[in-house]
Amino acid sequence: MIQGILIEGLVYGIMALAVFITFRVLDFADMTVDGSFPLGSAIMGVLLVGGMNPFVAILIAFGCGAAAGSVTAVIHAKLKIPSLLAGIITMTILYSINLRIMSNRSYVSLLKVDTLFKEIASWAGQFMPPEYGVLAFLLLSVAAILVIINVFFHTDFGITLGALGSNPQMITSQGMNPEVIKLIGVALSNGLVGIAGALACMYQGSADVTAGTGTVVAGLASLMIGEFLVRSNRIEILTLRVILGSILYRAIMFAGRQYGYKIGLTANDLKIITGVLIIACLVISKYGNGALLRRKGTIKC
Amino acid sequence: MLIIDHVGVTFNVGTPDENRALRDVSLEVNRGDFVTVIGSNGAGKTTLYNLIAGTYAPTAGRILLRGKDITKTPEFRRARFIGRIFQNPLLGTAGKMTLEDNMVICHKKGYKGLGISLNHKLREYFRERLRELDMGLETRLKDNVDQFSGGQRQALTLLMAVLSEPDLLLLDEHTAALDPRNAEIVMNLTRTFADRYGLTVMMITHNMSHAIEYGNRLLMMDSGEIVLDVGSAEKPKLTIDEIVQRFRDIKRRELTNDKMLLNP
Repeated sequence: MIQGILIEGLVYGIMALAVFITFRVLDFADMTVDGSFPLGSAIMGVLLVGGMNPFVAILIAFGCGAAAGSVTAVIHAKLKIPSLLAGIITMTILYSINLRIMSNRSYVSLLKVDTLFKEIASWAGQFMPPEYGVLAFLLLSVAAILVIINVFFHTDFGITLGALGSNPQMITSQGMNPEVIKLIGVALSNGLVGIAGALACMYQGSADVTAGTGTVVAGLASLMIGEFLVRSNRIEILTLRVILGSILYRAIMFAGRQYGYKIGLTANDLKIITGVLIIACLVISKYGNGALLRRKGTIKC
Repeated sequence: MLIIDHVGVTFNVGTPDENRALRDVSLEVNRGDFVTVIGSNGAGKTTLYNLIAGTYAPTAGRILLRGKDITKTPEFRRARFIGRIFQNPLLGTAGKMTLEDNMVICHKKGYKGLGISLNHKLREYFRERLRELDMGLETRLKDNVDQFSGGQRQALTLLMAVLSEPDLLLLDEHTAALDPRNAEIVMNLTRTFADRYGLTVMMITHNMSHAIEYGNRLLMMDSGEIVLDVGSAEKPKLTIDEIVQRFRDIKRRELTNDKMLLNP
């Protein structure tokens, strides 16, 4: 049970990190995620069935996610429409593209394929419960991603990316085209989502075209829960708390699945829990007091 | 340095809201000039700035900076040579970031790479430059900029604009949102920096005494035109009463013209 929560928390935590980059750092409400997550998943599923090395497949999932993000950023910049709408357009297009990637099937099963996770599990199974092997692998991967992101946000370009969300005029005034910076940020973010989708595919043992529904909202909920945990302006803490928030969110979802029947909730009601959770977070951060709960900035959509 | 050649801007062309914001404006600003720009609201001062900075393109005419035609150059590219400070102190700095991060973005204009340039040496350089402001900011490199006062942020914006030694510095009522004491501090810094680095400055102001006291040239704008241009020979003798009188004269002339048109 606890391994399941941690594994899901880590896999979806990578997606939540991406949501953090767009919503919080770039102030860009990006709905592409709902399409780029199943995109990463579909690519992983199809490539694994085709016998591709899983690490190469993850890289390809990253690249395709980044391409999807770029499409959103270009639509937003060139047609001058709100980020939210641009993301929804890309997300809608991606639904059909994902079906094409999976040769017009809505589901690809990895039952007969030896995935990376299965290999790790069987190897680890020699000396510990097999799930711990997968968990250790994910912990290492997420740690590596965190380190890369943290270092990235300390580079001159990373700092510029941070300033863009806070003050786009300043980026222009400093001789840079804010749309170019934004494009790179949204692309990177959706690349991460692609990775998360690919890992989720291996964990679940299947790719499902409908798996993306509600992804971005789950990411937002994780993000907000994380923001209640620690308050800081240091990027190391900001990114770490996203992962912690994601794990906590999965725990709440698990509790909802496991014990929800006591108050009459079924698995179909999980989206209600997510929605109410987000509303609760917003209400508490808006009206709550105390240093832990106070937080700068609201979500702009 | 800056040549504005028969520039005009019309908004909403062909609609009932058609608005000629600038009418055939020509202007030449020399290197090292400090030009103050006055005029009532809607006179076209900010429109003129937007054209020089490249926020939008003129409908007629051309703009040259150091002999190069920049009429079609996008704003972000012009920003490498033109510094601009807005009335709103929040527009110059990124509030949610630390002072040192803000300085990293501003100490060199143009796109940033993936290197990490923030180190002890650069921090020491930042402290040294921040000392010029005499506001104690050199000890607050790790503080978020949104903890600073409006005056401190505007002074910082000024310093950041000056760090890259722009060919032209556009000040758009940059002290109007500050309290009088901070406004004086920022104005003094403006003069100090302009002198120290030999900057070419244009400054929009609604404060007549600033318009008189600062700079070697004064422009008055009205209805999208430059109606008065006082050069360095005349400007030191200029008084507030005289400006107001001249403004009234111009307005009256217009009024009588209108009257003549309406009552032949």
